[in-house]
Amino acid sequence: MKLLKFLLLGILFGIVMVKSEVFSWYRIQEMFRFQAFHMYGIIGTAVITGIVGVFFIKKYGIRDYSGDQILFFPKDNSIPRYLIGGIIFGLGWALSGACPGPMVVNIGFGYLPFIVVFVFAIIGTYLYGLFKDKLPH
Amino acid sequence: MLEFITQPWSWWFSGLVISSIMFTLLYFGKSFGFSSNLRTICTIAGAGKTVKFFNFNWKTQIWNLLFLSGAIVGGFIAKQFLSNGDAVQISSATIESLSQYGFQAPNSFQPSEIFSWEAVFSIKGFLILALGGIMVGFGARYAGGCTSGHAISGLSDLQIPSLIAVVGFFIGGLAMTFFIFPLIF
Repeated sequence: MKLLKFLLLGILFGIVMVKSEVFSWYRIQEMFRFQAFHMYGIIGTAVITGIVGVFFIKKYGIRDYSGDQILFFPKDNSIPRYLIGGIIFGLGWALSGACPGPMVVNIGFGYLPFIVVFVFAIIGTYLYGLFKDKLPH
Repeated sequence: MLEFITQPWSWWFSGLVISSIMFTLLYFGKSFGFSSNLRTICTIAGAGKTVKFFNFNWKTQIWNLLFLSGAIVGGFIAKQFLSNGDAVQISSATIESLSQYGFQAPNSFQPSEIFSWEAVFSIKGFLILALGGIMVGFGARYAGGCTSGHAISGLSDLQIPSLIAVVGFFIGGLAMTFFIFPLIF
Protein backbone atom coordinates (compact mmCIF):
# COMPACT_ATOMS: atom_id res chain seq x y z
CA MET A 1 0.00 0.00 0.00
CA LYS A 2 1.42 3.31 -1.06
CA LEU A 3 0.66 5.10 2.23
CA LEU A 4 2.49 2.49 4.29
CA LYS A 5 5.80 4.28 3.79
CA PHE A 6 4.54 7.23 5.84
CA LEU A 7 3.70 4.93 8.73
CA LEU A 8 7.22 3.48 8.54
CA LEU A 9 8.78 6.95 8.44
CA GLY A 10 6.69 7.90 11.46
CA ILE A 11 8.00 4.82 13.30
CA LEU A 12 11.57 5.88 12.52
CA PHE A 13 10.70 9.39 13.75
CA GLY A 14 9.30 8.00 17.01
CA ILE A 15 12.40 5.85 17.54
CA VAL A 16 14.81 8.73 16.92
CA MET A 17 12.85 11.01 19.29
CA VAL A 18 13.35 8.39 22.03
CA LYS A 19 16.90 7.33 21.24
CA SER A 20 18.10 10.95 20.96
CA GLU A 21 16.25 11.64 24.25
CA VAL A 22 14.60 14.66 22.57
CA PHE A 23 11.23 13.42 23.88
CA SER A 24 12.36 14.01 27.47
CA TRP A 25 11.13 17.04 29.42
CA TYR A 26 14.57 17.13 31.08
CA ARG A 27 16.35 17.55 27.73
CA ILE A 28 14.16 20.54 26.84
CA GLN A 29 14.96 22.12 30.22
CA GLU A 30 18.65 21.46 29.68
CA MET A 31 18.41 23.17 26.28
CA PHE A 32 16.62 26.28 27.56
CA ARG A 33 19.16 26.53 30.40
CA PHE A 34 22.06 26.25 27.90
CA GLN A 35 23.60 23.50 30.05
CA ALA A 36 24.48 21.00 27.31
CA PHE A 37 25.31 20.92 23.63
CA HIS A 38 23.11 17.85 22.98
CA MET A 39 19.89 19.48 21.68
CA TYR A 40 21.81 22.16 19.78
CA GLY A 41 23.95 19.46 18.20
CA ILE A 42 20.86 17.53 17.06
CA ILE A 43 18.96 20.51 15.66
CA GLY A 44 22.18 22.02 14.26
CA THR A 45 23.13 18.80 12.45
CA ALA A 46 19.61 18.45 11.03
CA VAL A 47 19.53 22.08 9.87
CA ILE A 48 23.05 22.18 8.39
CA THR A 49 22.58 18.94 6.44
CA GLY A 50 19.10 20.22 5.57
CA ILE A 51 20.47 23.49 4.16
CA VAL A 52 23.06 21.64 2.05
CA GLY A 53 20.47 19.15 0.78
CA VAL A 54 17.84 21.77 -0.06
CA PHE A 55 20.51 23.82 -1.87
CA PHE A 56 21.33 20.87 -4.15
CA ILE A 57 17.66 19.96 -4.67
CA LYS A 58 17.04 23.50 -5.93
CA LYS A 59 20.28 23.81 -7.88
CA TYR A 60 19.80 20.57 -9.83
CA GLY A 61 16.00 20.67 -9.91
CA ILE A 62 15.81 17.24 -8.29
CA ARG A 63 12.50 15.46 -8.78
CA ASP A 64 10.40 13.44 -6.41
CA TYR A 65 9.39 9.79 -6.86
CA SER A 66 6.52 10.69 -9.19
CA GLY A 67 8.74 12.79 -11.46
CA ASP A 68 7.59 16.22 -10.28
CA GLN A 69 10.19 18.80 -9.41
CA ILE A 70 10.55 19.28 -5.64
CA LEU A 71 9.37 22.81 -4.91
CA PHE A 72 9.72 25.03 -1.86
CA PHE A 73 7.13 27.69 -1.19
CA PRO A 74 8.21 30.84 0.65
CA LYS A 75 6.06 31.50 3.71
CA ASP A 76 4.11 34.78 3.87
CA ASN A 77 6.13 37.67 5.22
CA SER A 78 5.10 38.85 8.67
CA ILE A 79 6.75 39.58 11.96
CA PRO A 80 3.90 39.57 14.54
CA ARG A 81 2.48 36.25 13.39
CA TYR A 82 5.74 34.30 13.69
CA LEU A 83 7.05 36.16 16.71
CA ILE A 84 3.91 36.12 18.89
CA GLY A 85 2.90 32.64 17.75
CA GLY A 86 6.45 31.46 18.33
CA ILE A 87 6.60 32.95 21.83
CA ILE A 88 3.32 31.28 22.84
CA PHE A 89 4.59 27.99 21.42
CA GLY A 90 7.89 28.37 23.30
CA LEU A 91 6.11 29.00 26.60
CA GLY A 92 4.15 25.78 26.17
CA TRP A 93 7.17 23.84 24.91
CA ALA A 94 9.25 24.66 28.00
CA LEU A 95 6.34 23.96 30.37
CA SER A 96 5.16 20.64 28.95
CA GLY A 97 8.62 19.64 27.71
CA ALA A 98 7.31 18.49 24.37
CA CYS A 99 6.41 19.86 20.96
CA PRO A 100 3.58 18.07 19.09
CA GLY A 101 5.65 15.18 17.67
CA PRO A 102 7.29 14.14 20.93
CA MET A 103 3.88 14.37 22.69
CA VAL A 104 2.56 11.37 20.78
CA VAL A 105 5.92 9.58 21.01
CA ASN A 106 5.59 9.86 24.80
CA ILE A 107 2.11 8.34 24.64
CA GLY A 108 3.49 5.39 22.65
CA PHE A 109 6.37 5.05 25.11
CA GLY A 110 3.85 4.70 27.92
CA TYR A 111 3.85 8.18 29.47
CA LEU A 112 0.07 8.32 29.26
CA PRO A 113 -0.39 11.74 30.98
CA PHE A 114 0.81 13.15 27.65
CA ILE A 115 -2.67 12.27 26.37
CA VAL A 116 -3.86 15.26 28.44
CA VAL A 117 -1.18 17.50 26.90
CA PHE A 118 -2.01 16.31 23.39
CA VAL A 119 -5.79 16.73 23.80
CA PHE A 120 -5.24 20.29 25.03
CA ALA A 121 -2.87 20.97 22.13
CA ILE A 122 -5.78 20.05 19.84
CA ILE A 123 -8.02 22.39 21.85
CA GLY A 124 -5.37 25.14 21.53
CA THR A 125 -5.35 24.66 17.77
CA TYR A 126 -9.14 24.90 17.74
CA LEU A 127 -8.99 28.14 19.76
CA TYR A 128 -6.55 29.57 17.21
CA GLY A 129 -8.98 28.75 14.40
CA LEU A 130 -11.80 30.33 16.35
CA PHE A 131 -9.98 33.61 17.01
CA LYS A 132 -7.80 33.70 13.90
CA ASP A 133 -9.46 36.75 12.31
CA LYS A 134 -9.10 38.81 15.49
CA LEU A 135 -5.35 38.18 15.84
CA PRO A 136 -2.57 40.28 14.23
CA HIS A 137 -0.99 38.33 11.36
CA MET B 1 25.15 -3.59 16.93
CA LEU B 2 22.40 -4.19 19.50
CA GLU B 3 24.39 -2.26 22.07
CA PHE B 4 24.75 0.65 19.63
CA ILE B 5 20.98 0.70 19.15
CA THR B 6 19.99 0.37 22.80
CA GLN B 7 22.35 3.11 23.99
CA PRO B 8 21.23 6.72 23.54
CA TRP B 9 22.13 7.88 20.04
CA SER B 10 24.74 10.60 19.59
CA TRP B 11 23.62 14.09 18.63
CA TRP B 12 25.14 13.96 15.16
CA PHE B 13 23.59 10.59 14.32
CA SER B 14 20.19 11.71 15.64
CA GLY B 15 20.40 14.96 13.65
CA LEU B 16 21.24 13.03 10.48
CA VAL B 17 18.28 10.69 10.99
CA ILE B 18 15.95 13.69 11.44
CA SER B 19 17.14 15.42 8.26
CA SER B 20 16.94 12.07 6.41
CA ILE B 21 13.27 11.85 7.43
CA MET B 22 12.74 15.37 6.07
CA PHE B 23 14.42 14.51 2.74
CA THR B 24 12.55 11.22 2.41
CA LEU B 25 9.25 13.09 2.87
CA LEU B 26 10.35 15.62 0.21
CA TYR B 27 11.17 12.73 -2.13
CA PHE B 28 7.65 11.40 -1.55
CA GLY B 29 6.21 14.81 -2.44
CA LYS B 30 5.36 15.88 1.13
CA SER B 31 6.83 18.31 3.61
CA PHE B 32 7.84 17.65 7.20
CA GLY B 33 5.42 19.47 9.52
CA PHE B 34 3.91 17.61 12.45
CA SER B 35 1.56 20.20 13.98
CA SER B 36 -0.63 20.28 10.83
CA ASN B 37 -2.07 17.07 12.24
CA LEU B 38 -3.66 19.02 15.10
CA ARG B 39 -5.65 21.07 12.60
CA THR B 40 -6.59 17.93 10.68
CA ILE B 41 -7.89 16.28 13.87
CA CYS B 42 -10.07 19.36 14.57
CA THR B 43 -11.47 19.07 11.05
CA ILE B 44 -12.21 15.35 11.44
CA ALA B 45 -13.98 16.15 14.73
CA GLY B 46 -16.30 18.47 12.78
CA ALA B 47 -14.79 21.90 13.52
CA GLY B 48 -15.05 22.82 9.82
CA LYS B 49 -18.85 23.15 10.10
CA THR B 50 -18.60 26.23 12.30
CA VAL B 51 -15.05 27.57 11.84
CA LYS B 52 -13.81 28.32 8.32
CA PHE B 53 -10.15 27.64 9.18
CA PHE B 54 -10.97 23.96 9.63
CA ASN B 55 -13.03 23.66 6.47
CA PHE B 56 -10.60 21.85 4.16
CA ASN B 57 -10.27 18.43 2.61
CA TRP B 58 -8.57 16.53 5.42
CA LYS B 59 -8.10 13.48 3.21
CA THR B 60 -5.06 15.24 1.70
CA GLN B 61 -3.46 14.85 5.14
CA ILE B 62 -3.99 11.12 5.63
CA TRP B 63 -0.29 10.56 4.97
CA ASN B 64 0.57 12.88 7.89
CA LEU B 65 -1.90 11.14 10.23
CA LEU B 66 -0.16 7.88 9.34
CA PHE B 67 3.15 9.52 10.17
CA LEU B 68 1.63 10.50 13.54
CA SER B 69 0.39 6.94 14.10
CA GLY B 70 3.86 5.68 13.25
CA ALA B 71 5.38 8.05 15.81
CA ILE B 72 3.23 6.44 18.53
CA VAL B 73 4.27 2.95 17.38
CA GLY B 74 7.90 4.11 17.21
CA GLY B 75 7.74 5.29 20.82
CA PHE B 76 6.35 1.90 21.82
CA ILE B 77 8.98 -0.05 19.86
CA ALA B 78 11.79 2.08 21.29
CA LYS B 79 10.58 1.40 24.81
CA GLN B 80 9.97 -2.34 24.37
CA PHE B 81 12.91 -3.37 22.20
CA LEU B 82 15.52 -0.62 21.98
CA SER B 83 15.95 0.62 25.54
CA ASN B 84 18.44 -0.34 28.20
CA GLY B 85 16.34 1.08 31.04
CA ASP B 86 18.75 3.86 31.96
CA ALA B 87 17.46 7.30 32.95
CA VAL B 88 17.95 10.30 30.65
CA GLN B 89 21.60 11.44 30.71
CA ILE B 90 21.23 15.15 31.39
CA SER B 91 24.05 17.30 32.72
CA SER B 92 24.67 17.59 36.45
CA ALA B 93 24.20 21.37 36.09
CA THR B 94 20.60 20.79 34.97
CA ILE B 95 19.95 18.34 37.80
CA GLU B 96 21.21 20.96 40.22
CA SER B 97 19.19 23.81 38.65
CA LEU B 98 16.00 21.75 38.75
CA SER B 99 16.58 20.67 42.34
CA GLN B 100 16.00 24.31 43.36
CA TYR B 101 12.42 23.86 42.18
CA GLY B 102 11.95 20.57 44.00
CA PHE B 103 12.71 18.21 41.10
CA GLN B 104 14.52 14.98 42.02
CA ALA B 105 17.38 13.74 39.82
CA PRO B 106 15.85 11.85 36.86
CA ASN B 107 15.17 8.14 37.27
CA SER B 108 13.45 7.83 33.87
CA PHE B 109 12.76 10.23 30.99
CA GLN B 110 9.98 12.33 32.52
CA PRO B 111 9.72 13.95 35.95
CA SER B 112 7.17 12.31 38.23
CA GLU B 113 6.63 15.81 39.70
CA ILE B 114 4.68 16.64 36.51
CA PHE B 115 3.84 13.38 34.73
CA SER B 116 2.79 10.98 37.51
CA TRP B 117 -0.95 10.24 37.82
CA GLU B 118 -0.81 11.82 41.25
CA ALA B 119 0.34 15.09 39.63
CA VAL B 120 -2.16 14.81 36.76
CA PHE B 121 -5.07 14.52 39.19
CA SER B 122 -4.02 17.54 41.24
CA ILE B 123 -5.42 20.93 40.22
CA LYS B 124 -2.01 22.50 39.75
CA GLY B 125 -0.60 19.49 37.92
CA PHE B 126 -3.58 19.29 35.58
CA LEU B 127 -3.36 23.02 34.81
CA ILE B 128 0.34 22.66 33.95
CA LEU B 129 -0.37 19.93 31.40
CA ALA B 130 -3.50 21.62 30.03
CA LEU B 131 -1.99 25.10 29.67
CA GLY B 132 1.25 23.68 28.27
CA GLY B 133 -0.73 21.79 25.64
CA ILE B 134 -2.99 24.74 24.79
CA MET B 135 -0.01 27.07 24.30
CA VAL B 136 1.81 24.56 22.09
CA GLY B 137 -1.28 23.95 19.94
CA PHE B 138 -2.34 27.60 19.72
CA GLY B 139 1.19 28.90 19.20
CA ALA B 140 2.13 26.32 16.57
CA ARG B 141 -0.85 27.16 14.39
CA TYR B 142 -0.53 30.92 14.95
CA ALA B 143 3.15 30.74 13.96
CA GLY B 144 2.27 28.44 11.06
CA GLY B 145 4.40 25.54 12.25
CA CYS B 146 6.22 23.83 15.09
CA THR B 147 9.76 22.57 15.55
CA SER B 148 9.59 20.30 12.49
CA GLY B 149 7.93 22.81 10.16
CA HIS B 150 9.94 25.88 11.16
CA ALA B 151 13.16 24.87 12.94
CA ILE B 152 13.94 21.93 10.63
CA SER B 153 12.11 22.37 7.30
CA GLY B 154 11.94 26.18 7.29
CA LEU B 155 15.51 26.87 8.40
CA SER B 156 16.81 24.27 5.91
CA ASP B 157 15.17 26.41 3.20
CA LEU B 158 16.68 29.57 4.78
CA GLN B 159 13.25 31.10 5.30
CA ILE B 160 13.22 34.32 7.33
CA PRO B 161 9.70 33.68 8.74
CA SER B 162 10.96 30.41 10.20
CA LEU B 163 13.95 32.16 11.76
CA ILE B 164 11.57 34.67 13.39
CA ALA B 165 9.42 31.80 14.66
CA VAL B 166 12.45 29.98 16.10
CA VAL B 167 13.58 33.19 17.84
CA GLY B 168 10.04 33.36 19.24
CA PHE B 169 10.26 29.72 20.42
CA PHE B 170 13.36 30.66 22.39
CA ILE B 171 11.99 33.90 23.82
CA GLY B 172 8.96 31.96 25.07
CA GLY B 173 11.01 29.01 26.31
CA LEU B 174 13.50 31.21 28.17
CA ALA B 175 10.70 33.30 29.71
CA MET B 176 9.00 30.14 30.96
CA THR B 177 12.24 28.63 32.27
CA PHE B 178 13.71 31.67 33.98
CA PHE B 179 10.73 33.86 34.92
CA ILE B 180 7.65 31.66 35.22
CA PHE B 181 9.18 28.46 36.67
CA PRO B 182 10.25 30.29 39.87
CA LEU B 183 6.62 31.42 40.27
CA ILE B 184 4.95 28.04 39.75
CA PHE B 185 7.42 25.47 41.11
